[in-house]
Amino acid sequence: MVAALTHIFGVHNLAMAEDVVQDAFCRALEVWKFRGVPENPSAWLMATAKNRALDILRRERTAQTFAPELARLLQSEWTLAPTVQEIFKSNTIKDDQLRMMFSCCHPKLPEEAQVALILNILCGFSVDEIAAAFVSGHAAIEKRISRAKKVLAGSKRLFDVADARDFPERLAAVHRALYLLFNEGYHGASCESVVRAELCQEAMRLTTLLLEHPPAATPATHALSAMMCLHAARLPSRLDDSGNLASFLDQDRSRWDTRLINEGQKLLDHSATGSELTEYHIEAAIAATHCCAARAEDTDWGRIVWLYDKLMQLRPSPVIALNRAIAIAQHEGTERGLKEIYAIKNSDRLAAYPFYSAAIGELELRHGRREIACKYFRAALVQARSPMEKRFLQQRVAAAQRD
Amino acid sequence: MSQFVFLYRNTMQAEQEFSRSPEEMQKSMQKWMAWMKDLAEKGHIKDHGNPLEPGGKVVKGKQKTITDGPYAESKDIVGGYTLVEAKDLAQAAELSKGCPIFEGGGMVEVRPVMKMDM
Repeated sequence: MVAALTHIFGVHNLAMAEDVVQDAFCRALEVWKFRGVPENPSAWLMATAKNRALDILRRERTAQTFAPELARLLQSEWTLAPTVQEIFKSNTIKDDQLRMMFSCCHPKLPEEAQVALILNILCGFSVDEIAAAFVSGHAAIEKRISRAKKVLAGSKRLFDVADARDFPERLAAVHRALYLLFNEGYHGASCESVVRAELCQEAMRLTTLLLEHPPAATPATHALSAMMCLHAARLPSRLDDSGNLASFLDQDRSRWDTRLINEGQKLLDHSATGSELTEYHIEAAIAATHCCAARAEDTDWGRIVWLYDKLMQLRPSPVIALNRAIAIAQHEGTERGLKEIYAIKNSDRLAAYPFYSAAIGELELRHGRREIACKYFRAALVQARSPMEKRFLQQRVAAAQRD
Repeated sequence: MSQFVFLYRNTMQAEQEFSRSPEEMQKSMQKWMAWMKDLAEKGHIKDHGNPLEPGGKVVKGKQKTITDGPYAESKDIVGGYTLVEAKDLAQAAELSKGCPIFEGGGMVEVRPVMKMDM
């Protein structure tokens, strides 16, 4: 709704668009309290917001400038209502969301601000919810969002997705933001739960929107979507019955979502065109390899190591190196894996990353060096970002101490 | 380019029918939109103008008596106006032919805007 209203009011009136939506919700609460919730609450909200927008347009049309491309149509009663009507149609709303998504990924904004903005404007998350998703304080996120909105409002008009010139660059930024959004849901460092399925769902919804818009439905978009499906398929088993984090190798694979796996495989097939190999292709291929194995011991670790090698060439990072080392440990034995871990360059960048110490602990434990393992698990425990991670690592410390 | 006013004239009955069922109204609005959009894209719209409600008041005579208007007996009332730009009266008249008003038996009065020389 905010996207549609911004289309009408112009991006410089973003705040006005948000006010109208807010207002529609307040009215809904008032009316529904007495008359009950209508059959189609979202249509009711839409209609309310639409009428409110018409009120504002009529009242302010001499004092304010709205979206420049619609200015003339909004001036006349012949065209005002039909124009607004048109913009509120479901197809147009989809286009507006797309345009807003691209606008949020403004090159002047840091990536985390882009993601926060998308969550706020397109997914309707409150500042508190976003703060929880990013393990950050309310004030910090509020500041980040308001600063980002200022940049967005200053950009004069929404990003024109039909303009081919900077479309590919912006699309790459959109991919990145959606990837981060999904990741935040999947490995989220949130306070209450490790897995924030709703963040993953929003990322998947917005990626689907890209797939439905031909110029944006590139092989990379398909690969990104495939990766999300294949990871999301495994979400149900990431927590065991008592709600604790389950180690990947111990997961109950019968709980994986086969519909999503099939969907992901199909998307991955679709992504295998064109000349560009992106990190999303490789990450999707890694996820697909995991999904193919009925049991953990059936996993084709050789292929996974090979894929991580490719990924390292494409986008070298200590986190990828860590994952690669773990795959090597599976494939060629613990000792080789440990050697790779200790050889990671820039490992200081992993210093605050609990999985780094935890992975070393795990391999050292397997290697039989309990004391060293214990030391690393304890180090990881200090860095744990959620109660669930803590509980998981406490169990590992206990396992290392057991004789 | 000169300016012309399109005055949309219709019978009282047709004007009232226009606002009867929401679906009809919606359909009719879409036709009007399409026509105006076409004119605008060709650069003929100076001002979209506005539609007018059928009812109103008429103020008349030196006494300025006010009656309900437009004339109740009137066969044709103005339902709205648009300001267009055209080469000459002939072209303006030609442009009006796409107006959906003709389907309901209405008419378009095309009047050049007079330039007042002082």
